[in-house]
Amino acid sequence: MKYSFSFLVVIALALIAGVGSQIPGMGYFFGVVIPYLAFAIFLGGIIWRIVYWAKSPVPFSIQTTRGQMKSLDFIKHSRTGAPDTNAEVVGRMALEVLTFRPLFYNTKSELREGPKITYESSKWLWLFAIVFHYSFLVILLRHLRLFLDPVPVWIGWIEFWDGLLQIGAPTWYITDVTLLLAVVLLFSRRLVNRHVRYLSLMNDYFPLVLLFSIALSGILMRYMLRSDIVNIKELLVGLVTLHPVINGHIGAIFYIHLTFISALLVCFPFSKLMHAGGVFLSPTLNMRNNTRAVRHINPWNDPNIKPHSYADYEDDFRESMIDNGIPVEKGLPPKDEPAEAGAEKKAEE
Amino acid sequence: MSLPKLEELSQSVWQGPSLSTGAIPTKEWMDTPVTFKPGGYAYPAKKEKLEYLDSQPGLNFPFARIWSPEEDDWLLPDNWKDIILKGLAERLDKFRSLKIFMDCCVRCGACADKCHFFLGTGDPRNMPVMRAELLRSVYRGEFTLAGKILGRLAGGRKMTVGVLKEWFMYAYQCTECRRCSIFCPYGIDTAEITIILRELLYSVGIGINWVIEPVSNSTKTGNHMGLQPLPFRDNIAFLAEDVENLTGVKLDVSFNRKGAEILFVTPSADAFAEPGIYTCMGYLLLFNALGLDYTWSTYASEGGNFGLFTNNEAMKALNGKMYAEAERLGVKYILGGECGHMWRVVHQYMDTMNGKTPANMEVPVSPITGTVFNNAASTKVVHITEFTADLIKHNKLNFDTSRNSHVRATWHDSCNPARAMGIIEEPRYVLDHVVDKWWEMPENTIREQTFCCGSGTGLNTDEIMELRMRSGLPRANAVKHVVDQHAVNTLACICAIDRATLTSLVDYWTPGVTVCGLTELVANALVQKGENRVDMPEGLRTMV
Repeated sequence: MKYSFSFLVVIALALIAGVGSQIPGMGYFFGVVIPYLAFAIFLGGIIWRIVYWAKSPVPFSIQTTRGQMKSLDFIKHSRTGAPDTNAEVVGRMALEVLTFRPLFYNTKSELREGPKITYESSKWLWLFAIVFHYSFLVILLRHLRLFLDPVPVWIGWIEFWDGLLQIGAPTWYITDVTLLLAVVLLFSRRLVNRHVRYLSLMNDYFPLVLLFSIALSGILMRYMLRSDIVNIKELLVGLVTLHPVINGHIGAIFYIHLTFISALLVCFPFSKLMHAGGVFLSPTLNMRNNTRAVRHINPWNDPNIKPHSYADYEDDFRESMIDNGIPVEKGLPPKDEPAEAGAEKKAEE
Repeated sequence: MSLPKLEELSQSVWQGPSLSTGAIPTKEWMDTPVTFKPGGYAYPAKKEKLEYLDSQPGLNFPFARIWSPEEDDWLLPDNWKDIILKGLAERLDKFRSLKIFMDCCVRCGACADKCHFFLGTGDPRNMPVMRAELLRSVYRGEFTLAGKILGRLAGGRKMTVGVLKEWFMYAYQCTECRRCSIFCPYGIDTAEITIILRELLYSVGIGINWVIEPVSNSTKTGNHMGLQPLPFRDNIAFLAEDVENLTGVKLDVSFNRKGAEILFVTPSADAFAEPGIYTCMGYLLLFNALGLDYTWSTYASEGGNFGLFTNNEAMKALNGKMYAEAERLGVKYILGGECGHMWRVVHQYMDTMNGKTPANMEVPVSPITGTVFNNAASTKVVHITEFTADLIKHNKLNFDTSRNSHVRATWHDSCNPARAMGIIEEPRYVLDHVVDKWWEMPENTIREQTFCCGSGTGLNTDEIMELRMRSGLPRANAVKHVVDQHAVNTLACICAIDRATLTSLVDYWTPGVTVCGLTELVANALVQKGENRVDMPEGLRTMV
């Protein structure tokens, strides 16, 4: 159910876009209206989500330390494990976000006879994730060619390196293959790894199926069912310059690709895909570990919450304290002169 | 419930059908209600303790009652659901962390096998991601559009009594150790989730007594055990006497003394329970050897803060005593003893909640070395291990490591000092100087990857002993490794809960290992002026 639903949705989207866009006059709907609507929801949704997050304060400084704090001069400080300055926080975040550091250090635990627990490095998730994200980034940058006129020179460089293997005609891009592969592997991992299998939701399968479909439809379009690239570029440049036009025929595969992307854009702000933004706001990662040196302010700190006071405490135990020479603030009520004297005496032991 | 024999439990852990051993439950977790059996839960908070706390200004512990987790009816207030949902909404507004942690999890599963509770029980709901899903599913179902429309298809569900019971079970099978957090690509911290779950549960009168009684005692008498001023002083005086008898040096110990330079605060367990008392003897001996101008307080006589395990209001109220007492006594700064969660509170919450510090307090300076503790410039609380490491660096302590020749030590990084503070090298530096040689446990079980004792956050209670032995297994297993490899016989740490709980843990899984505090080892090896020691083959533990 969890993943079959995802496939059903994607197939339905493909059918609707594939057939619908080929009905005369509907090209505009699938080529202009849907993408605009999706992009508006994407942009509005992201802004809404970030404002929603930002509205809540960070009351306490709850950084997690993954290394030595800054303390004494002769103790080596882990600057990216327990950052003390903003620059060090940037360093830590760069490692977390750009290299997926926690996943790099991932381990796999196994229970063996004894019982004995063993831990071994397990970098598969890190590998799949990093291949996926960087492939996606490169593909995204390459796609700017379709939106920009003239095409910036650096896009050519990316294409050159991405096509370095020179296989096939047109040349296969490395990232097209790696993206598809990474998505398949991430999906398979959800089925094979018993922990992840048990806890995965439709919310986890659907984005993978959608991403797979986006990549697949893109690959089909570029390498097999070649659509008219001139008309596509005209439409896309028109979309970004807010003067969209559709001249001539564009194949169904393009509309399917575009509709998948639109679906992804719509889902993005309302799903776990927002981890892309959330990671930067995660208080365990983005705070300095200097909380004893610099006071962190909690906007809702309640000044009315006070400790059970010393005065009340002494009221409860005064007599015994005085009798035993523990210093007190107030003597016993009048007529207890000797005890009063005892109060000024300091503890002896 | 009695604790199963070692063989039985061992068998059950690695061969019993569980998600840890490879058996995937056929039923989805949302369709699997929790059941409470003796031994499976810590006893509920006592009515009178909750009532006392509820009567304190600023604190809110409503709906005190007598109830049992084993009964179907938990005697919840009629509007319990309303309270929970409003409470959740309120906390979403107050804690950005909660919103981020609810929204960002991708369920990659990296955290799954990082939790000591999961490794020991194999219960899928003990995977950190699942613990969060217990709350996240309600967040989706009750607070997000997709969850409201798609319901279970989008992983959402409604708040029910069954969900509440599930929360109670799993919020108390987490020790807020944060190990999962360092493996999470978004830093999602299950401690935060558990803290919120426990706060919500207290809002409808559900909690455990092993947390609430210490909170109540700490409020009234200043410490967990409810020791009144006299017994508290006498316990420490008694330990001082022991030190005098062993070393022949007269100790000068004072209580509630105005004008002292330093207020010393440590977990009260150090003052009255083995093996913490030996650490306490270590403090007394060390401070005396230094001629430190310090005082104990009977009022601020608890370093630990079980408020952290109830709600942030109680944490603040308990923590406030330290500054209040520092102000009353006019001390320059506070020196803090060896404790795990105390230091989570001191390092991450204290200044925020109860700062600014009283005017009489100053940036801490070691009176012996002149070192300025700039890293504690605002909070003005120095960790005993920083303090000692600095003394050693400046050659102010004279050690004879042969006095620790009975010790073959390994080092346990306590969760909070390691992952909520980052005090990792100082204790190693100190250890290097007080014993001839010591051995590290395997690398995946130390430093920031350290495993919890399995009984923190108020779970150090006897009725759940099997659970504790299971959750402590990863730690015990690593200890056993160095016992087998290097004949280690001592497990040293800087946490009072550890000293108590690791003792039960290693007694069960790998008998013959002694648990001790770092300062005990420091004091064992310390050569003092004018000493006249008896033969001390077991250091401070030697019986006179």
